[in-house]
Order: sequence, then structure tokens, then C-alpha cells
Amino acid sequence: MSPRETTPQVDFFRGIWQENPVLIQMLGLCPALAVTNTVENALWMALATFFVLTGSSLMVSLLKKIIPGEVRIPMFILIIATFVTVADMCLEAIVPAVYKQLGAFVALIVVNCIILSRQEAFASKRPIGRSLLDAVGTGVGFTIAMVMMGSVREVLGQGTLMNYKVIPGNFEPWVIFILPPGGFLTLGFWLLLLNWWEERKKERAKVREWPEGVGAPGERRVA
Amino acid sequence: MTAPPGAPQRAEASIWKLVLTLSAAGAVAGFLIVFVYAWSQPIIQTYKAEQLRLAVQEVLKGPDRYDTLYVYEETLVKELPEGVDGASLEQIFLGYTESGERIGFAIAYGEPGFQDIVRIIFGYDRASQALLGMKVLDSKETPGLGDKIEKDTSFVNQFDGVLSPLVGVKPRKATGDPHEIDMITGATISSRVVIRIINNQIERLGPLMDAYVQQANAAQLARAESMP
Repeated sequence: MSPRETTPQVDFFRGIWQENPVLIQMLGLCPALAVTNTVENALWMALATFFVLTGSSLMVSLLKKIIPGEVRIPMFILIIATFVTVADMCLEAIVPAVYKQLGAFVALIVVNCIILSRQEAFASKRPIGRSLLDAVGTGVGFTIAMVMMGSVREVLGQGTLMNYKVIPGNFEPWVIFILPPGGFLTLGFWLLLLNWWEERKKERAKVREWPEGVGAPGERRVA
Repeated sequence: MTAPPGAPQRAEASIWKLVLTLSAAGAVAGFLIVFVYAWSQPIIQTYKAEQLRLAVQEVLKGPDRYDTLYVYEETLVKELPEGVDGASLEQIFLGYTESGERIGFAIAYGEPGFQDIVRIIFGYDRASQALLGMKVLDSKETPGLGDKIEKDTSFVNQFDGVLSPLVGVKPRKATGDPHEIDMITGATISSRVVIRIINNQIERLGPLMDAYVQQANAAQLARAESMP
């Protein structure tokens, strides 16, 4: 069976919205809930994941012909773990304060199912260019979701955005938003909003396609 | 293990090929990790040393200079016997004024807090039994609650001048005793950890500090007497 044919544009944009790893596929929720208490933490975590994802996809796609199918999963894990270790050491050297905040979650990128799923489902079967496009698109989609989570939690939980005060001093921050329950609440809020928007779009499309002169579904009939 | 679904059928690889592929990949991965480790470690160590230097300056209120003392065989020593690596020993710091008077000791230590190890450094004047200051070096306490042990200046500033041993009291229950520290509402465990670390370390290292000061005073006196 040959892989489903797609265009480069589809490979790139699919991960950003249509198959966004966090907001649509509900993958990689552990870092999305745990380290998005500020935008800065969310951004660095997303960048580390982006680096591991693109690096691993590049290597897996490059080596796909010489990796025996029998040991492909151990090889993928080895490649991913190497990139994660490199990312871990680089973060500690470059941004030690952020590294302290991220704690064990940088090392846990190795078990992030977004990365392994892209290697198994895409990079191990497609050419290098397409695999890179897919990885970059998925990485951008993950970064967008992380920043969406982080911005709501930081503004409501600390009254700041990227460490700049954005809410007047008399506002008492809602500490719950930077605690673990705040992660679940924020994710729930975004999913609710995005699903409502998607449904609304579908309803409008249905109404537009309805034959002229016939009452559209949900249209109020006036006697 | 079978080939991935959708992959073209290939002849089954020999066991030697599997071992060789994994070994080669492991060797390349190991080489890359060692290379990055060699690059990053000096940067990480320099940053940690600088952070510690700044913390010592802060809790000793800007000393002119400070000595690094090592806890070696239950005593404080400034110079270690040949062959002993100081990096593996516990270190404390003794600060001096410009005129050479001792300001106090800076002691860094960590104990389990609410979430993880809380590591602090505090300045301590052994002569007056008073603390000079406290700074949290490392903590993963609950954001918004436990992390107030480092972010809430009204809590941190209390350690400037308080007498040992410290006694933690609930907010608005203070009696004015110079040993009292007002704990943080909603972060009692984290507040207690800071107080416990300080009390334990003063109890453990106090006799060593006394012995070191006595020895240093005696050496200073002997030097003064031997001068013409």
C-alpha cells in the first residue's frame, strides 16, 4: 500500500490547524498542562519540542532505507532520546532560569507521543523534504497551542504577559490559573471555544448550500 | 517485531545486521551527546558559580571579600591537605569587611519541602547569634503559594537581624520576640522548611564555626606577638 498522496502545502498546514497535535488530536497534553503557567515557559518548551521533532524527522527520513523494519521503534527512540538530551543540555546552558522552571518535562519530551507518531506515521515513509515540512507544521501547531494556553494562564494567574504587567494593580490574580487545575480549565475553555467556532462554521456552510426556496435547517418559520 | 504497515516488503534482516545497526546508531548518539556535554558543562558550572557568588554577596550584605571554608573531618578548614578535592566537600563562606573584620558565615543547604528539595543560603553572625539575610537558591514550591518563600519580600526581609534559634509563628500571632518569623498563610510547610534548615544548620555547624574562629584568633594573636 503506498502512502496517501498529498501536496507540500497540505503536509505543512495539516499540523498547524486541521490536525493540531494538542487542540485537535489531544496529544502531548502532559507538557501542555504542566509547563504553560507562563508564556515564556510554554514558548521554551515548545521550541525544545520543535527542535526534537524536526531533528528526529530529518534523521528518520534520511536513514529510513538503512533502518531494518524489525528495529525501527528502538531506532526512533534512540534518535529522539539523543535530540532530547542535546536539547536538555543546551537549555540548561542557554536559559538556566527557564530550565529550572521546566524541570523534568524537558527530559520527558522523549515520551511525547506527537514525536514518535510523526516518525512512525510520516517520516519513515516519506522523502526528507516532505518529512521536514510535516515536522515544522506540527511543531508550529504545538507552539501555537502552548502559547494559547500560556497566555491565558499567565494573564489571569499573574496579571502579566511575557512578564509585563497587563492588568491594573487592583486586580487580584486568580492563582488557580497557574496551578494544575488552571491548566485543565484553560484547555477546556479553548476546546469549547474552538469546537463552537468549528460547529458554527459548518452550520453556516450548510445554510449556504441549501437549495433556494427551501427552509434551511434551524431557520425560523414565520406564519 | 514486524515491518511497519504500509512499508514495502523487505527480506528479513539478519541478527548481525540488527545488532550492527543499533550499535552504530548508539555510538553516533553517544559521540554527539559527549560533544554537547563538553560544550555545555563549563557554561553551566560558570553560571552556578556566579549565582552562588551573588547569593553570598547578598546574604553577607556586600562583604569586601570572603573565604571559602571546607567541612573536612568534622572541622572547618581553609586549606585542604594535598590530594583532597574541595569540590566534593561541603563549603561555607566567611565574609570580611574592608578592614579585615569578620562579618559572618554564609551557609547553603537544602531539605525536602512541599514539592521538592528547597535549597537556601543564609548569612549568620555567630558572635551576635543574628541572621544577616536569607535567599532561596532552588525551589519548586507551589506557584502563588509556596514560592512566596522567595518572592514575598515581607517574608524574606524578616531574616535580616532575627536571632537564632528561629521560631515560626502564624501570621498576626507574633509577640515581638526577636526569634520569631511570621510564616506565610497557605504556605506553612514551605515556611517551616526554611526555618528548619536554618536551625538545623546552625546547630550542626555552630561548634565548627566557634572552633574555626578561636583557631583564627589564636593564629592572629601569635602573629602579632611574633612581630618585632
